[in-house]
Amino acid sequence: MSEAQEQIFRVLADPTRRALFERLCREGEVTVAALTAGAGVSQPVVSKHLLLLKQAGLVQGRHEGRQTHYSAQIAALAPLTDWTQAMAVFWAGRMGDLEDLLKRMDQ
Amino acid sequence: MTGDTKTLIVERLLPFPAERIWRALTVPHLMAEWLMKGDFAPQVGHRFQLTSDHVTVGHVTVDCQVRLVEEGRVLAYTWDAYGLESVVTWTLTPVPEGTLLRMEQAGFRRDQGQAYGGARQGWQRFLDRMEQVLLGRME
Repeated sequence: MSEAQEQIFRVLADPTRRALFERLCREGEVTVAALTAGAGVSQPVVSKHLLLLKQAGLVQGRHEGRQTHYSAQIAALAPLTDWTQAMAVFWAGRMGDLEDLLKRMDQ
Repeated sequence: MTGDTKTLIVERLLPFPAERIWRALTVPHLMAEWLMKGDFAPQVGHRFQLTSDHVTVGHVTVDCQVRLVEEGRVLAYTWDAYGLESVVTWTLTPVPEGTLLRMEQAGFRRDQGQAYGGARQGWQRFLDRMEQVLLGRME
């Protein structure tokens, strides 16, 4: 097993982090404040868990004003689930960006 | 090594000439705009890495090696990431409406062995839910 895979398994072994990750997979982009409201732990604890998820490549943070919005990186699920499902989501996104690029190359 | 070989196929009918799509698939600065950044070169045997910190792709590094180049028609390279060992093959077929672009990814995942550990039941529930999320996103 690769180091990246081991890290993913290690990070998701914690039930609080699994729950945070699952919620991001379901809901798309969610602020730290909103995640805290549903997590049953304090915001610093949620932030610490999010940092570990981020280091494993499972989530991505985006700063906007004073809020940080987090989203799940679906392709990182490839080692955990049927990889074709995760990659199908990945390629659907890439194909969309490819079409946008091809239109721009037209001009 | 263990694990089943599977194939994923994605096809798009694109209203553009094959020549333009070929450039988007093979010119690094154009690849960076829709796929990932990398030092690709259309030469069989060339090794390259694709990396991304794209907001919807995540922090990813993919190890690749060019397998097949038929200018304007077929491009294939290995795609190894997250324990997945696969080959991505792009096929461009001119049609009256433009070009049919086909992406075929064939490969298998290295066995995770004991990674699931003792908490197998908790993991399984989690993975089942994740598969449902993925299916929902594809619809």
